[in-house]
Amino acid sequence: MSTPGEMGTEPWPLWEVFVRANRGLSHVHVGSLHAPDADMAVRNARDLYTRRNEGVSIWVVPADAVTTSDPDAKGAFFESPAGKNYRHAVYYTKSEGVKHL
Amino acid sequence: MSGADLDPHGEVSVDRLALAEELAGAGAGEGAVASEDAAEYALRLGDDALVLAQQLGMWITRAPELEEDIALGNIGLDLIGHARSLLHYAGSATGRSEDELAYWRDEPEWRNAWLFEQPNGDFACTIARQLVASLYLFELYSALADSTDPTLAAIAAKSVKEVDYHRDHSTQWVLRLAGGTEESRRRMIRGVEVTWPYVDELFADDELTERLAADGVAVLPSTLRPAFESAVDEVFAEAALERPTGRTAYTASGGGRRGSHTEHLGPLLAEMQVLARQHPGASW
Amino acid sequence: MTAAAVLSPVADQASDEEGRALFDELIAKDSRIEPRDWMPEAYRKTLIRQISQHAHSEIIGMQPESNWITRAPSLKRKAILMAKVQDEAGHGLYLYSAAQTLGIGRDEMMDQLIEGRARYSSIFNYTTPTWADMGAIGWLVDGAAICNQVPLCRASYGPYGRAMVRICKEESFHQRQGFEILLELMQGTPEQRQMAQDSVNRWYWPALQMFGPPDDQSPNSAQSMAWNIKRFSNDELRQRFVGMLVPQAEVLGVTLPDPNLAWNEEKQAYDMSEIDWTEFNEVLAGRGPANAERLRRRREAHEEGAWVREAAAEYARKQSERVKAVA
Repeated sequence: MSTPGEMGTEPWPLWEVFVRANRGLSHVHVGSLHAPDADMAVRNARDLYTRRNEGVSIWVVPADAVTTSDPDAKGAFFESPAGKNYRHAVYYTKSEGVKHL
Repeated sequence: MSGADLDPHGEVSVDRLALAEELAGAGAGEGAVASEDAAEYALRLGDDALVLAQQLGMWITRAPELEEDIALGNIGLDLIGHARSLLHYAGSATGRSEDELAYWRDEPEWRNAWLFEQPNGDFACTIARQLVASLYLFELYSALADSTDPTLAAIAAKSVKEVDYHRDHSTQWVLRLAGGTEESRRRMIRGVEVTWPYVDELFADDELTERLAADGVAVLPSTLRPAFESAVDEVFAEAALERPTGRTAYTASGGGRRGSHTEHLGPLLAEMQVLARQHPGASW
Repeated sequence: MTAAAVLSPVADQASDEEGRALFDELIAKDSRIEPRDWMPEAYRKTLIRQISQHAHSEIIGMQPESNWITRAPSLKRKAILMAKVQDEAGHGLYLYSAAQTLGIGRDEMMDQLIEGRARYSSIFNYTTPTWADMGAIGWLVDGAAICNQVPLCRASYGPYGRAMVRICKEESFHQRQGFEILLELMQGTPEQRQMAQDSVNRWYWPALQMFGPPDDQSPNSAQSMAWNIKRFSNDELRQRFVGMLVPQAEVLGVTLPDPNLAWNEEKQAYDMSEIDWTEFNEVLAGRGPANAERLRRRREAHEEGAWVREAAAEYARKQSERVKAVA
């Protein structure tokens, strides 16, 4: 399932835009835009989302190329991690006060 | 408070920015004063940039798509920046400000080449003009970055990076218009035809550029032509376009560098200068 | 399509109820609704209407200012104005993107706009006869817009809130540059001062009208507040705005054109004259100074650009065919 907003009918398709704000950081989703093709999408993204030095790198992805988790199964899909607190460091309290742990 | 505690929908604050220098080259030589020749040369380059920026400003709210309003606006803003730096330096020779030069010179005192004052026409005409302008300016600023005049070198070094993007923008659109629909291809060919008469003037040498080039201050325009032409040929080859030949291959006489202009500059200046001239001495 | 679409009506109803419960819970905790969440149809419609109107306002709002780009009286002002109008195009695009996540295409929204079926902020149907209007728009119109918009950064619909955060950050310069334009004029020649005062006189009341009708005549407000889309009432925001303007007007040295404007210690609020809603309604009904011109310009740009958009789409199609042929 594509990202919300993809119509499949628009003359200029929708692209999702991801910007790396600085070296050392991940690309983060900032929004979307319309462009006829990938070359123009990345250029439009530069003009639309980095006018104030907000980025050092841009990804554009056709909205219909994104696969998302199925929201209708949301509860079930993200249920598993609940109840597995032992995956988190704060679960282990006996070592409190011991250095470098 | 750690980052994780921050409200993701949080309060809006004004970002702290390190503001970049507004005028390129201003720091190159503290209060550098241009020689009479260098000032005249800077005036030519500054006028080219300002007249083109003025034309691109007219596209805003009228572009073929909203994304393109923004793209043309960005290019226009870059060009205003170049114009301000160049006019600032040009004015240093005679104690005039960038605004005095922009708003208080009459048509015969303008030194831009004719290409820049040609009207926007349709989007294809604007793109053809942008292609010629950006390919020319890219070669010019690339070479001028090595000028013996530190201010001109600094301005060129900053500008060439921006013009590099303008070159890419116009190339992308030439490819799309030439390779899009029948109508867009017809319009693109027409755009190239109406633009080409004004190419020659860009590469004409005269006494000023010869004198300045001898000192390594300026770039002799004719030396830029081979690189310009091969860049044009490369774009045109991909777009399956040809440089106009035969009946459509006019060459305009030019004369902008001497202050002789086509009929388009007068109205453009009248509009640009009208408010400033209604209030002599006012500050804005 | 989602799996839900092919389920039986009974199961559909069950998942609707589950969805509604989650929606109500999220609103109650002041959390955020995201695009694929279940939402009441009226919530979706309200948002589409509000966000698209907001986007249209940004796009139409470019025009009164672009009117002065070519005539700006200094190169610095020309650059600032161009950057500002360009920002507005960007803000329109952020908002169209947000609206699109609710299932409406930008082309459809644009058609609604140019066919006169959509609304945008009435204020942009006023004209900008003088340079001082660039100052008054920044100070008063953008000022009012910011008052309205800052609370929208916390709107319950995620994409809308995120777009507003971006917009508010960028707009912080818009109001300041307007204030500066007026300040320069007020410190200038008598003609410049007159120009500034005239402009403030023309824009003050329309700016106050931007907050919408008084609370007792604003039918949709209560529902929007219950849904955490709107956070403060029209009158609350209007009061807050006037409270900010009064000391700023003193710094500028301009007079706000309301003889009854005075601080009421007892109410802890400003008393002000009755707003002329007849004029507001006239402009809203399409009889403002520039309604026709604004739509004509947008329609022309859209129609005259059609061949360019088609060319780019056709080129993209040919290119992808070429890639397929090679593969």
